[in-house]
Amino acid sequence: MVLTRKRVLPTAMLDSLSPLIAALRADGYSVIGPTLRDGAIVLAELTSASDLPHGWGVELDAGSYRVRRRDDDAAFGHSSGAQSWKTYLHPAKVPFWTAQKTSDGFTVDVPPPDGIRYAFVGVRPCDLRAIAIQGRVLGSSYAARLESAFIVAVDCTEPGEACFCVTAGGGPACGPGADIQLTETVGPRYLASAQTTIGQAVLDTLPQQPATPAEREQGATAVAQAAERMQRHLPSIDLRDLLSGSRNAARWDEVAQRCLACGNCTMVCPTCFCTSVRDTTDLGGDIAQRWQTWDSCFDLDFSYLHGGPVRTSTSSRYRQWLSHKLGTWHDQFGESGCVGCGRCIVWCPAGIDLTEEVSALAQERQTDHE
Amino acid sequence: MKPKLAVWKFASCDGCQLSLLDCEDELLEIAAHVQIAHFLEASSASVCGPYDISLVEGSVTTPLDVERIRQVRADSKQLITIGACATAGGIQALRNFADVDEFRSIVYARPEFIDTLAESTPIAAVVPVDYELRGCPIDRGQLLETLSALLNGRRPRGPLHSVCFECKTRGTTCVLVKGTPCLGPATQAGCGALCPAYGRGCYGCFGPATGAPAHAKKVFNLFNSGAPS
Repeated sequence: MVLTRKRVLPTAMLDSLSPLIAALRADGYSVIGPTLRDGAIVLAELTSASDLPHGWGVELDAGSYRVRRRDDDAAFGHSSGAQSWKTYLHPAKVPFWTAQKTSDGFTVDVPPPDGIRYAFVGVRPCDLRAIAIQGRVLGSSYAARLESAFIVAVDCTEPGEACFCVTAGGGPACGPGADIQLTETVGPRYLASAQTTIGQAVLDTLPQQPATPAEREQGATAVAQAAERMQRHLPSIDLRDLLSGSRNAARWDEVAQRCLACGNCTMVCPTCFCTSVRDTTDLGGDIAQRWQTWDSCFDLDFSYLHGGPVRTSTSSRYRQWLSHKLGTWHDQFGESGCVGCGRCIVWCPAGIDLTEEVSALAQERQTDHE
Repeated sequence: MKPKLAVWKFASCDGCQLSLLDCEDELLEIAAHVQIAHFLEASSASVCGPYDISLVEGSVTTPLDVERIRQVRADSKQLITIGACATAGGIQALRNFADVDEFRSIVYARPEFIDTLAESTPIAAVVPVDYELRGCPIDRGQLLETLSALLNGRRPRGPLHSVCFECKTRGTTCVLVKGTPCLGPATQAGCGALCPAYGRGCYGCFGPATGAPAHAKKVFNLFNSGAPS
């Protein structure tokens, strides 16, 4: 995939996604996409388009997630789900090496790449941005996995109640990063365009009609309306400046009264990337392994330096997370670390709402200045 | 000489000792690297101390328990408590919030024969403990990690974070946010998020996560009344 391609307008209309998924599987891709499991829309391997959550939507709130029946058969009539694509591109547990004791020392084996080529079907615009953000943070191993991946992105036509991508610098229309881009329309039928050469090669093999101007108009209108339907917003001020000026805000102690420091927000966040390494040995001490695992700034061990953890209070840990996400991420990587997908709001067991916390910080700062 | 391992039982249900026997695939390897010197649930043959590693199950509930655990401590280089009873008092520590004489008179026909302490306490309340494994029962993987670390002369590694880390790592969708009450966010990880993986809420048998807000303590009274928080 190429990140710099200019958006190509939809050229084709597809009656079904079955041929697309079949073509990708025939090309040797492991096709991953949304599916309904255990009362949630999760990412899993798709064997056919019938695995997609046709006719299912979601009802979201801070700390609350329910699936609901839709009155149509839309496959993408739900917003960002329980997991993000980092499950596949930046897995929770990765083996680094295995060392084995020998008669005259030890050997170290680095496992070869798993060789899985993923095709991601149904990547939302917010997640497309998140994938690119993680790519800029994580470098080569991530880039290798991403390079071999085929991405089918879908414009967002129905934002969830927790979404705020528009005020997080994005929007419901796909930006760069996809190989094929879809817009789901009534039926459901799919406006499609290839954004890359390999995307074009796949699209050319699929049964299709040319997209009519009216169909394109219908798709563009649905996406434009989605932008108007965001229910949550970040304040339109310089957030980097707000966070750097709010180190001593009283709000951190207030949010710490509710925050359980459980780390759910970081685990579901599509850009949070922190990891730890852990070493294991077998009982006999002949084999040692080193693993990379997801970590979180909410883990007390995360800030463990010589002698003990640096951030012992919940308020200091919440402050660290939010300040990095919206503030110092700019200094480190030249952009914000938040794409406005709303997962941290939905999957917080205490229902803490990032947009509300930022607004409260902005309010507190304004009051302090008056 | 292989290190000597002993397993001791106090007020408990035996389930944590069973976790050691449950290490079916690793049992022969364990036996290859340690001498199982005292483990009555597995064998009536017993070798006297001192012991390199003692695993202690159960809480201290009688005057005799106090004497026994002092002897176990004196005989053991490393003492590891296994399970919620040994680590935090167990279900029987619910008595700590009531009058034990009243319980005794209601439950037993001849209460005067019952020689019990007013409180059920963790092992660490009576003798110094080197490591504590939490849970009801303990996690097999944590037990093996601890034994492996001690046999290899390194520090055992246990998570300080919440059960939520383990749900997210294994891809379990949050049951709490979907409407099932769950103590996972305030409970220490280590079980591999077993209950939520089967659609049930965590009932907190591993006790409060380090750094969980103090107000979460009260919800842990079922298995972990004696847990510090």
